[in-house]
Amino acid sequence: MQRYSFFNLLRHAATGHRSWQPAWRDRPLRQIYDVIIIGAGGHGLAAAYYLARHHGISNVAVLDMGWLGGGNIARNTVTIRSNYMRDESIPFFVKSVSLYERLTRELNFNLMFSQRGMIDVIMTPGVLRQIRRRMLAMHLYGSVYEPMSVAELRRRVPALTGGGPGSRLPIMAAMLHPTAAVCRHDAVAWGYARAADDLGVEIHQNTEVKALLRGPGGAIAGVETSRGTVSARKVIVAVSGHTSTLTETVGLRLPLQTYNLTAFVSEPVKPVVDVVVNCPDLGVYVSQSDKGELVIGGALDVGQSFRQDIKQGVFENTVAALLELFPSFRRLKLLRQWGGALDFAHDATPIVSKVDIPGLYVSAGWWGGFKAVPAGGMTLAWLAANDAPHPLIEGFGLGRFRHLDYVIETGTTSSR
Amino acid sequence: MLILSCPFCGERDESEFVCAGPARAPRMTLAAATDDAWVDYLTAPPNPKGVVRERWWHSHGCGEWLIVERDTLTHAIHATRGARHEHD
Ligand SMILES: Cc1cc2nc3c(=O)[nH]c(=O)nc-3n(C[C@H](O)[C@H](O)[C@H](O)COP(=O)(O)OP(=O)(O)OC[C@H]3O[C@@H](n4cnc5c(N)ncnc54)[C@H](O)[C@@H]3O)c2cc1C
Ligand SMILES: [Zn+2]
Repeated sequence: MQRYSFFNLLRHAATGHRSWQPAWRDRPLRQIYDVIIIGAGGHGLAAAYYLARHHGISNVAVLDMGWLGGGNIARNTVTIRSNYMRDESIPFFVKSVSLYERLTRELNFNLMFSQRGMIDVIMTPGVLRQIRRRMLAMHLYGSVYEPMSVAELRRRVPALTGGGPGSRLPIMAAMLHPTAAVCRHDAVAWGYARAADDLGVEIHQNTEVKALLRGPGGAIAGVETSRGTVSARKVIVAVSGHTSTLTETVGLRLPLQTYNLTAFVSEPVKPVVDVVVNCPDLGVYVSQSDKGELVIGGALDVGQSFRQDIKQGVFENTVAALLELFPSFRRLKLLRQWGGALDFAHDATPIVSKVDIPGLYVSAGWWGGFKAVPAGGMTLAWLAANDAPHPLIEGFGLGRFRHLDYVIETGTTSSR
Repeated sequence: MLILSCPFCGERDESEFVCAGPARAPRMTLAAATDDAWVDYLTAPPNPKGVVRERWWHSHGCGEWLIVERDTLTHAIHATRGARHEHD
């Protein structure tokens, strides 16, 4: 792999940047692999990388129906945080944030990781209670939430002039999550893809998996793709909102529903908000990208949906909520809107699990799963390599549904 | 924005309604159900790229509960009827 460094940049400048290698190779699709990973999103690519790096399994094909990094990994609002509620979740997300802190160096790919912190703006006693409770749970696992006064909030985010004493819902408190971060989402996909390719993993784009295939004994045997049959004794499903569509091809029904989550960005402006601002009461959050665009997200659309655009009503509600906090954003032009199809487990906790079909592994229910990519990929690789869950994902198994022992995660639903 | 056609009030804007999620299949008799079938019934409603059956409440209208058939890919609405009349 050609390393990216200041020295190499200078060296290639001397030859007009004509001798850079592609970041990953296009290779012919073979008929058999040790492991097939379906989905070249964050979780699939990270799992491929860790299979090769930690477990020495590199005879791996990652198959995607579209192009690499064209799914939700490229559609999210890049909030990375560990302010979750449950014992099963917090240590996992703390680990994921700490892996992100080192990832630019590990992958030799600039993720533009910016640990700028997130501030929750609180307007009702119910949310205050819920967030204070989460704070206490987080502190047990080394994740930090710090109460912040309204005066301090106004000082830290001067553009936040709404929610004053005369408004319908005056701001009553704030909470700072100092380790929250943002980073460049495409770079996460590209960085993992490049590093996995370097370790021998093959990435095949435009290769749709039509069905999973079982062998005579009932175990997984491979997949039927738009380019023919490919065999493997281990298959990982990491297709985000499309999980149940795929598993139902072998009769496997899962407690997942697919919903539409959306975002939009403004025209680029000078730096104006240097933290992530999240308001659970109004259902809006915003951060500013390195390009200067305000990246704005809101509540999910109601009802199951596989659409990838924004519904006008959701759009208007989110804009109204944003302007309640930041009245001066009224004049900003909005440039782009989009949506993603995300699956949501029955109890709002992800599913990273073996299933009843030997050799098949599922990683799904990643509602706010961008932050989870490093730890999710690492533990998914462990699961497939050892056929047993990594300690960090023991709470994410399918067995919990069998016992109606849900892990109801409020940290998933009140922000992304 | 969806336009839902309430059988009692006529065509109304989605913002008058509350979506209450998938309309479940009729409750199975516990004695007849296996553990797996019961868990499936409780936790895994159909998730098709196609038509789902949902319950919607006309909360800012006539107050009736409706059963709506809606396509998850196009959001087209195929049928709306009063939930009380569902099993007639
Ligand atoms: C608007 C929005 C905002 C979000 N904001 C945040 C946030 O701030 N923080 C956060 O942590 N998370 C956020 N998320 C969630 C996050 O993006 C997802 O949880 C995460 O990207 C899902 O995992 P993935 O990257 O592996 O999925 P994807 O990138 O969607 O990868 C799945 C891949 O599978 C492929 N695929 C599907 N079916 C098939 C098939 N049959 N055959 C072959 N390939 C197939 C798809 O083409 C796709 O490339 C947000 C999501 C959205 C939509
Ligand atoms: Zn009505």
